Amino acid sequence: MTVDTIGRFERALEGLEVGVERVAAAEASERIDAVADAPAVGAALPYEDVSLPKAVTTEPTTAELEAARTGVTPVGFAIAEYGSVAVESTADGAEPIAVYPDRHVAVVAESDVVPNLSAGFDRLADGFEAGRDSVVFATGRSATADMGDLVHGVHGPGEVHVIVLEDR
Amino acid sequence: MAQRTRSERAERIRHLLETEGPAIHAQASASNDRRKETYGGTDDLEALRADARTIKEDAIERLPELIETVRAAVEANGGTVYVADDAADANAYVADVVESEAASGADIDAAAAEPSVVKSKSMTTEEIDLNDGLEEAGIDVTETDLGEWVLQVADDTPSHIVGPAMHLDRGQIADLFNERFDPDEPFETAEELTRFARDHLGEIITEADVGITGANFVVAESGTITLITNEGNARKCAVTPDTHVAIAGVEKLIPTLSDLEPFVDLIAKSATGQPISQYVTMLSPPTDSPTLDFESPDEPITGGDGPDAADGTGDPDRDFHLVLLDNGRTDMREDDQLRETLYCIRCGACSNSCANFQSVGGHGFGGETYSGGIATGWEAGVHGQDSAAEFNDLCTGCTNCVDACPVKIDIPWINTVVRDRINRSGDTESYDFLVDGLTPDEEGSGLDPGKRFFGNIGTVAKAASTTAPVSNWLADAGPVRAALEHTLGIDRRRDLPTFRRESLVDWFEERGGEAASSQRAARAARAGGGEIDREVVLYPDVYTNYVDTERGKAAVRTLEALGVPVRVPDLPESGRAALSQGMIATADRQASRLFGALAEVLDAGRDVVVIEPSDLAAMHREYERLLPERSFDRLRESSYEICEYIYGLLENGAEPSALSTGAGAEPVAYHSHCQQRTLDLEAPTVAVLERCGYAPETSDAECCGMAGSFGYKQEYYDLSMDVGERLATQVEDAETVVASGTSCGDQLEALLEREVPHPIELLAPGHSRR
Repeated sequence: MTVDTIGRFERALEGLEVGVERVAAAEASERIDAVADAPAVGAALPYEDVSLPKAVTTEPTTAELEAARTGVTPVGFAIAEYGSVAVESTADGAEPIAVYPDRHVAVVAESDVVPNLSAGFDRLADGFEAGRDSVVFATGRSATADMGDLVHGVHGPGEVHVIVLEDR
Repeated sequence: MAQRTRSERAERIRHLLETEGPAIHAQASASNDRRKETYGGTDDLEALRADARTIKEDAIERLPELIETVRAAVEANGGTVYVADDAADANAYVADVVESEAASGADIDAAAAEPSVVKSKSMTTEEIDLNDGLEEAGIDVTETDLGEWVLQVADDTPSHIVGPAMHLDRGQIADLFNERFDPDEPFETAEELTRFARDHLGEIITEADVGITGANFVVAESGTITLITNEGNARKCAVTPDTHVAIAGVEKLIPTLSDLEPFVDLIAKSATGQPISQYVTMLSPPTDSPTLDFESPDEPITGGDGPDAADGTGDPDRDFHLVLLDNGRTDMREDDQLRETLYCIRCGACSNSCANFQSVGGHGFGGETYSGGIATGWEAGVHGQDSAAEFNDLCTGCTNCVDACPVKIDIPWINTVVRDRINRSGDTESYDFLVDGLTPDEEGSGLDPGKRFFGNIGTVAKAASTTAPVSNWLADAGPVRAALEHTLGIDRRRDLPTFRRESLVDWFEERGGEAASSQRAARAARAGGGEIDREVVLYPDVYTNYVDTERGKAAVRTLEALGVPVRVPDLPESGRAALSQGMIATADRQASRLFGALAEVLDAGRDVVVIEPSDLAAMHREYERLLPERSFDRLRESSYEICEYIYGLLENGAEPSALSTGAGAEPVAYHSHCQQRTLDLEAPTVAVLERCGYAPETSDAECCGMAGSFGYKQEYYDLSMDVGERLATQVEDAETVVASGTSCGDQLEALLEREVPHPIELLAPGHSRR
């Protein structure tokens, strides 16, 4: 991972109209709180010294999931070339939390941003080996042109925001 | 075959041109433009296409083994694999799964209700009419892809493999929804319609017993199904209900995870021109995601037992069934000609790149399930030849789809092969007596007389030339046109070619043959100082020889002026005309004869120069299937398109001043030929025109619509003109319009009502402005 890779990732996300910010681990909780419109649900973050703000409900009920405006999840890695984030199917519900609410806030460690699809597939293969064998490459906002014009936010989130942890 | 008559077909096509064509054209052409742009910006595109092709070839070769591999992998994950022989088998299995899930999962109240299924988009389930099958079993089915749902509400069928409701525009969908759902405020915008659909379907998804998805790819070694979507409905259908059923044709299997990479990279690019689709969902179910029980709103979603990390079998509440569908695919795999169809990744690029498809959509250019160029292979394989026969003629063999297909399937060839098989299975009433003396072909007696006529056009042209101008007067007479329309299906609105009494070959002999040509070339070489040691055999294709002799003469004069002696021998037909009618045996014989006639020319080191791009395309593409490899290579390496050859001469020192040059940046509109573009031979013509003082502007219309004999046919005349209009609009403002193909030129002349010569006529010495 180089500075270039992060720059590429940021440009790709801009092109997708996805918000992106680089933050230090120490400030992550505060920043997540700022971008996670309430009510928010989430899956626990696995990064050292980084936790979800209190306003984000983990292990939500289905009622909370349905009512949530924002879902906050960690992602296994991200692919700079396409601006994709890898949402893994975990027991704490990262996949439904990432897809149900209108807004998805994806948290990724800077060291997990890989330059291109090939590097992404290398990471994918490593994860498969370790049993993490259900993954969604999510790129930008849910979209459809089926109603006669391009509309965002169909079944999946119409807004996506990525938080890159610069020291993780 | 219970097929429509010519006039019924013509009527059906006219109807589609008016009703569905505009919406289809808007979307399909936009997707195609984006695809071209994205392909152009992808550096390793050719490597990706080659990789994808190799992986599919290998996977289909190893299919029986991959089925066993995926069975083991899915079972190890805790799921089930079922291989269904046909539609009925698959539908019965899925209905069973749904019924037992609904019975076991629900409380007593809910058990009384209809079991319910939510589905994401899947052409394979369209192929087996799964919805009908489930509904007959008393199961409630809801499509959640917005396009599919619109069709379900409208009780309509898909018109495009990727965009199933492409034939409906926003206004039509709004009308449909306002009538069906009677909202307080009528729907107007796409945004409002989408919002309503999201909420309506979202609720149905949360209540469903079973989620059914297709699969774009299935990774055998890990039991991973891959879904390529933009909306997110497939993710919801897979994660929400306890039970997930994925239905895929057996051809979707690929061996390993790393084999998936080129497909993920390619499929959105080829389908819609997106770099990657929104959601590439790769699931190895049953997954670890908790099941979502919306009937217990206050239970945490993580409340169940959770996955057992030790055995890697996912959440124990989850149930997964992979249904692999055969339905004719095993037979396709064993069919040397149809096998390639199984490499198809259903991206729809062949539809989007096809001029005829853009005009009529999949309800015209499609069979029971599939649409577009590749549909001929799919329909013949899974539904039978009769379904393919309904629309197969809409493939004109233009080859636009060849560069679009991400797995490099020779789609025009599949269409030719199936046309040949349809010809041979025919029992049409015979007008053979009309064309008998004219048709020394290799085909059986059931062949449509119109096809037989156009497939033997060389023999027809020779006879007509011999009797010209009487044959021309006769052909223009009203009663004759009526008879031609009735028997051969030649539309009477179409101008017929005027056959020349003096063929190009005769003209060439008359002016002194090769001896005189050598002298002229030598004189030009002395005058111009250039010394180019080449000799050309100019191929007198049927149209150049008997109809459009002027472009042949222009080619001879141009070559001589650049110091190259020319020969114009009487050579056999290339087989292009026969191929376009699906007469492969005839084309095969013609290819052998032409190669035989040229073998000495090639051994003598002469160059074969071809004016008509479609004849050159036969030599460079189809001959690979008709000639021994060495013969094919020898001819291909020594044969050139005329302007490509002129370009080579100019690059090697020949002087453009010997030619008729433009005033310097003189504007010219240039329409290349579809097959010429596929051979990457548009650029040399452009370069030659530029070097000779012209500023060519190239058309980017997909096709002229004429496509050899296609535009002559009564049932396709209107479609041909619809496609041609798009091209005419692009070039009509130019003072000079040139086109490389005979039929492109004929079509443009009919639409623009002025002369449209071949570029070589502009360049030939002594050319005077028309």
